[in-house]
Amino acid sequence: MSNPNIYKPYLMKIDKVTEEAPFVKTFRLKFTNEEDAAKFNFKAGQFGEYSVAGEGESTFCVASSPTRDGYIECTFRETGRVTSALAGKEEGEIIGFRGPYGNTFPIDEWKGKNLLFIAGGIALPPMRCVIWNCLDLRENFKDFTIVYGAKTVNDLVYKHELKEWEERPDVKLITTVDPGGETPDWKGEIGFVPTVLEKAAPSADNTIAIVCGPPIMIKYTFPILEKLGFKDTDIFTTLENRMKCGFGKCGRCNVGKVYICKDGPVFTYAALKQLPAEY
Amino acid sequence: MDKLKQLAKELLSNNQVQIIVGYEEGTVGKARPAFISSPDQADTLIYDERCIHNLAVYLTQHKLPGNTKIAVIASFPVMKSIITLASEKQLDENFIKVIGISKDNNIIEFKDFADIERYINQQDLSFTPEEQALIDKIDAMSMEERWEYWQNEFSRCFKCYACRSACPMCYCTLCITDFNQPQWVSVPSHKLGNFEWHINRAMHLAGRCIGCDECSRACPLDLPINLLTKKLSMDIQKQFGYSAGQSLTEPYALSTYKPDDKETFIR
Amino acid sequence: MATENYKLLKKESLPALFDKLTASGKTIYAPVKNGEKTEFDVVTKYSNDINDEYIQTVQSLKGTVFPKVEKLFDYKSDKTDTSIQEPDFSKFPQNVLWGLHPCDAAAFRPLDATFRWDYDDKYFLTRMKLTTVVGLSCSKHDDYCFCTSVDISPASSDGSDIMLTKNKAGDYLVEIVTEKGQEVYDMAKELFGEISDDKESYITDVPKKFDLNELNKNLDGSFEAPYWLAQSMRCIGCGACAYVCPTCTCFDLQDEGAANKGSRIKCWDSCGFGHFTLHTSGHNPRETQSQRWRQRILHKFSYMPDRIKVFGCMGCGRCSRACPVDMNISENLIKIMEEPKNE
Ligand code: FES
Repeated sequence: MSNPNIYKPYLMKIDKVTEEAPFVKTFRLKFTNEEDAAKFNFKAGQFGEYSVAGEGESTFCVASSPTRDGYIECTFRETGRVTSALAGKEEGEIIGFRGPYGNTFPIDEWKGKNLLFIAGGIALPPMRCVIWNCLDLRENFKDFTIVYGAKTVNDLVYKHELKEWEERPDVKLITTVDPGGETPDWKGEIGFVPTVLEKAAPSADNTIAIVCGPPIMIKYTFPILEKLGFKDTDIFTTLENRMKCGFGKCGRCNVGKVYICKDGPVFTYAALKQLPAEY
Repeated sequence: MDKLKQLAKELLSNNQVQIIVGYEEGTVGKARPAFISSPDQADTLIYDERCIHNLAVYLTQHKLPGNTKIAVIASFPVMKSIITLASEKQLDENFIKVIGISKDNNIIEFKDFADIERYINQQDLSFTPEEQALIDKIDAMSMEERWEYWQNEFSRCFKCYACRSACPMCYCTLCITDFNQPQWVSVPSHKLGNFEWHINRAMHLAGRCIGCDECSRACPLDLPINLLTKKLSMDIQKQFGYSAGQSLTEPYALSTYKPDDKETFIR
Repeated sequence: MATENYKLLKKESLPALFDKLTASGKTIYAPVKNGEKTEFDVVTKYSNDINDEYIQTVQSLKGTVFPKVEKLFDYKSDKTDTSIQEPDFSKFPQNVLWGLHPCDAAAFRPLDATFRWDYDDKYFLTRMKLTTVVGLSCSKHDDYCFCTSVDISPASSDGSDIMLTKNKAGDYLVEIVTEKGQEVYDMAKELFGEISDDKESYITDVPKKFDLNELNKNLDGSFEAPYWLAQSMRCIGCGACAYVCPTCTCFDLQDEGAANKGSRIKCWDSCGFGHFTLHTSGHNPRETQSQRWRQRILHKFSYMPDRIKVFGCMGCGRCSRACPVDMNISENLIKIMEEPKNE
């Protein structure tokens, strides 16, 4: 394509639908056009615009790892017009995808370090992409810790994968649910993510922390990480804002002069501190 | 209008109100809405024939700090708007002081909303000959001509929604046009989208419009959309004997029914 | 100023020039008198209603390159098959924009910078490529005009392909500014004569109200300034300013039609609307009108120069004329420079 049309989506076939939690689904998508598939590549942290003909586009991250070739996955919660329409789609149906957009997690720079992943609720998807990316390059990193929490046991996404991570000897997984969200046979922690994190007190020494979750969780997690000795340049997170175009033109996503769609969605806590309160 | 400034100063200095919504000298010879919060600012208040903005729009915008007493300078249309808003339970009387200005520029300090209601009903409330003439002009058109006329006007619209923003009666926190599940009104300002918007706007204001003409005055493209709501007001007055802005208690004609309604379908 | 490059275009030659342009397949937009007002409209012939002494139109010609409704593509879809039909870009209109003032001509620069920023917007760029801009120096201005404050002048030819200046006799001094302008000239050479005249004396003098770079510096660290709230109190939150603005580019993407057949559309939107940045969760990072007013000003005078090296305001004054509640932009910019940033 010599003069590509930036608004034109790739046509993707829904290869597999996974029900993750109430109103939360994962789609595995394959390119309908071989050429598109061959040329396409992305990196952990990037996002795209997923569309249903007649309803419009919706923004979310690529939830699969770039190390897994031949497909991309996305996980979304049914909330608005487009995600509701998406949720109605079945295996074999076609949806649109534009992307990838945005910056990426600097995984290459993390070689030789411990990795600490902290995620809450539906925010595991952007994290899942990095987790698998790093697990597929496991030998590059030292300790591998995942702290993941949701409101209730039912709300935990990627349950099969949680199980897989739990069973891996080279991964330490801590799962937690909010007080009252536990089931009788729940074996994980009970408590909010920041509290559980503080209790677990992972070492900050030579460690990168990656935090994804609802704003309130992030707000209480950062100070705890700092208390544990993490430098703000070693703490990574992703930001969300309302987006339409994904490439810095529609004017929606900026936080001050920083465009989440172009300069983000990945930010260090240090970078976040520089941003005005507009997200 | 020294008396107005005097009154404003008094109200602010003995803390009877904390903010006065009035008018000040604007730029390039215009007057404009002003928010006065200290007695020394009160000298900037003006009132003259250029002060035509319907200030009632600010009473429902939730921009003014909560638990604040507000005084509003009220021309006749503003008074009528306040009565309509109050009848729709949008205003808390305890927080709003209305400083009326009569047609001959006298200040009327209303005690309460009922006082305004009384005042309004002492005035001539019929449509002016000018208003009637505008509507007659449209009524005289054949159906085709009218279709043509509105098509031309609506096609120019670019959906800046100044009409909605300027209208005191358009206070919905989620306007039908911003609602997308389902998408009732199509978003782009093409012919269909514009028709959907303007028809919806007119219908939602049918009989609630107090006739201040603020919508078309606010319109940067001068679309005569005030004619739609005005015509509907006339029709509703004729059909149901209801006119907006005249009663605090009479229920809105299109959201109520009477057991003795002359139409049989409703019984 | 050098005058030897000027040509003379006599008023009598205009009908012939317009005929030639129309015959060559161009669509001509020109400022046409309509009662008290002058607005741009499509014309096929020259007429006396074309006003070369207007001050400013309500709407700019932004819509010719960034239409208020742009169909991006049609789609057809059934359960397992979907196809996308892009428009035929070669059929986009070849426009001649006649008689734009320098502020409007210069406005294509920021539009271009936005629609080219790392990702090329084919729709805009194709339309722009097919557009010839014939600028017209200003012989009049009003109190809303402030082009000289944003480093544009009533005679600047930046953004124009051809620049016209009307002289006393009612003829035009013509500067050929770009190759596109040369093409028009070449097409109708015989209509142009030679001249040595000075255009300055025919041009209005727009007083400078503020210094652009000083303003830009002043806006640093202004995010929490109290003036945003004070200035925006009267703002009623409509999009009139954005929609008459020749440089505002905020847009929405919308699907229209059914699941099996329809189109995706790019249409104007405004950062002044409350739901513009509203998240599906209900959270809104720009919840209040003062935050949205701040975004409007900072975007044009701070973010754009910082990110894409061009200011987002041309001093045409349209927003101030169109505002239902007199949010006069130059007045507010001056106040920003005068007032303290911290309470
Ligand atoms: S999403 Fe459109 S500018 Fe960032």
